[in-house]
Amino acid sequence: MTVLFGAFLLTMLVITAIGIVRAQHLFVSVVLSGIYSLQMAGMFFILDAADVALTEAAVGAGVATVLMLSALALLDDRERSAGLKRLLFAVVASATLILLLHASVDMPSLGDPNAPVHTHVAPWYLEETPRLIGMPNVVTAILAGFRGYDTLGELFVIFTAGTGVLFLLASVHERGGLALLPSPDGTGLRHHLVPRLIGRFIVPFIVLFALYVQFHGDFGPGGGFQAGALASAGIVLYALAEGEATALKVLSFRVLTGMIAAGALLYVGVGLACLMLGGTFLDYSVLADDPIAGQHLGILLVELGVGITVSGVLLAIFHSFAAREQRR
Amino acid sequence: MHFLDHYNYWVFAVLLLTGLYAVVSRANLVKKLIGLSIFQSAVFLLYISMDKVAGGTAPIIIQPEDADRLYSNPLPQVLILTAIVVGISTLALGLAIVVRINEAYGTTEENELARMDEE
Amino acid sequence: MAVILDAVSWVLLLAGGAFIFTGGVGVLRMPGFYTRMHAAGLTDTLGTLLTMVGLILQSGFTLSTAKLLAILLFLLLTAPTAAYALANAARLAGLVPERALRSESE
Repeated sequence: MTVLFGAFLLTMLVITAIGIVRAQHLFVSVVLSGIYSLQMAGMFFILDAADVALTEAAVGAGVATVLMLSALALLDDRERSAGLKRLLFAVVASATLILLLHASVDMPSLGDPNAPVHTHVAPWYLEETPRLIGMPNVVTAILAGFRGYDTLGELFVIFTAGTGVLFLLASVHERGGLALLPSPDGTGLRHHLVPRLIGRFIVPFIVLFALYVQFHGDFGPGGGFQAGALASAGIVLYALAEGEATALKVLSFRVLTGMIAAGALLYVGVGLACLMLGGTFLDYSVLADDPIAGQHLGILLVELGVGITVSGVLLAIFHSFAAREQRR
Repeated sequence: MHFLDHYNYWVFAVLLLTGLYAVVSRANLVKKLIGLSIFQSAVFLLYISMDKVAGGTAPIIIQPEDADRLYSNPLPQVLILTAIVVGISTLALGLAIVVRINEAYGTTEENELARMDEE
Repeated sequence: MAVILDAVSWVLLLAGGAFIFTGGVGVLRMPGFYTRMHAAGLTDTLGTLLTMVGLILQSGFTLSTAKLLAILLFLLLTAPTAAYALANAARLAGLVPERALRSESE
C-alpha cells in the first residue's frame, strides 16, 4: 500500500517538474516549486528519512518559496524568450535518459537489505551508536558526533553564502560597515486585519516549535538545520505581517550578523575546547567526566551553533531582498 | 511489484534531465536557477531511495534493546540533510547575483545580455 | 468497542477524502478565480478536520493524539487565513469577479 502511494507521489513529482519548466510566468514556477518540495518531503518520509523530510518541508516548501518570491518582486515576472536550441537539447536529453535508464536496471531493487550500501559501514553505526553516544537519533549522532568535521565544513558553506548575499545586496554605510536601508514607512499587511492578526498569534508558537525541534533533535527527528529554518520562517511571517522596517527594528541587522558569526564561532569553539582539554579536535568525550555525557554536551552545543547560524543566514538573506525592494 | 522496484531510479533520471533541460535551454536566468534546484532535489531523491530497507523504520533507536530491529540506513540521510540547506543558501546567492545583473543591465534574459555585452 | 471506533474512523476518513476530492474537482471546473478559491478554501478546512478527527479516534489516548490536536488547531487557524489572504491579494491586484464584469456589460 505504501509502495503504491510512493509510486503515485513520484508520478506527481514528474508532472510538477514538467509544469515548472514549461510555465511562462515565473510566479507560477515558484509556487509550483513549493508544491514540488512538499511532495518531495512526503516521498522522503515514505522512504523512512524522517529528519530529511522535516528539513525539506521547512526549507524547500517554506523558506525557499518566500526567498524566491521576494527576489521575483525585484525582477521581471515573465519569461520573455522561447528558449535556445530546444530541439538539439531535447535529443541530447533523451539519449542521456535512455543511458541512465539502462544503467538503473543494474542497481539494487528498492529496499533490498543485501545492497552494498547497507553492508559496509551502516551496520557498525547502528550497533555502536547506543554504546558510544547513547543517543536515540542515529542521524543526529552521526551528523554532529561521528562526522562532525564534515558538518563544520557545511556550516561554513552556509556562512559564506549568507555573507556573499550580504555583500551583493546590502548597502555600505557612511562609516564603512554594511547596512540595510528600508524606507521608514515600511510595507506590510498593515491594513489587512485577518492575516495580520493570525500572523501575530502564530509567530510565538512557530518560534517555540523551532526551539523544541532544536533541543529534541537527540531523541526524535530534529536538530540545528531544521530548527534554524523554522525559526527564520516564524520571523519572516512576523516581517510579512508587521512590515519590513518593524521587523528590522525588532531583530536588527547587527544582531543578525552577530548570529551568523556566533554560531560558527560556537562550533569551532567547542572543537578548540576539546583540543585544550586533551582530546583531538571535535572529540567530545573529553568535555565531561563521563565520555557519554561529554558526547551529549558536545552534540548539544554544536547543534545549537548550527541552528543559530542557519537562522541568522536565512533571515539576513530575506531582509536583504526585502529591504532592496524599498530602495526603488 | 517487480515494475516498482526501480521506479525511483527512473523518476530520478527523468527529474535530473528535466532540471538540466531547464538550465540549458531556457534563456531566463531565474528559470535556470529553478531548474538547477530541481536537478539538486533529484539527486537527493536518488540518495534517499538508496537508504530504504524493506521492513525497516526510521533510524531512531529508542531503547538499546531495540537494536535487533531492522532500521533503514542512516548514512545517506546525514549527507542529504546538510545538502538541502546548502542548496537553498546557494540558490539565494544566485538570486542575489541575478538581482544585481538586472539592476545593471535592465534584463534577465541570457540572449539579450550577450547582445548587450557585444555592443 | 474497537469495531465501532474503527467503523466511525473509516466513515470520517472517507468523508474527509471525499470533501478534498470535491474541492479538487471544484478548482478544475469553476469558471473564475474567486469561485475556485471558494471551492478550495472551504473544502480544504473541512476535509482536514474530518481526516484528523478520524486519525485521533484511531490513536486513542496517547501522545500522538495531543500532537494531532495541535496540528488540527494550527490548520484550522491558517487554512481559512490563507484563503482570505489569497482572495484579498487578488482583489488588491485588480482582479474583478466575473459576475461584476458580466453585469456591467449587460
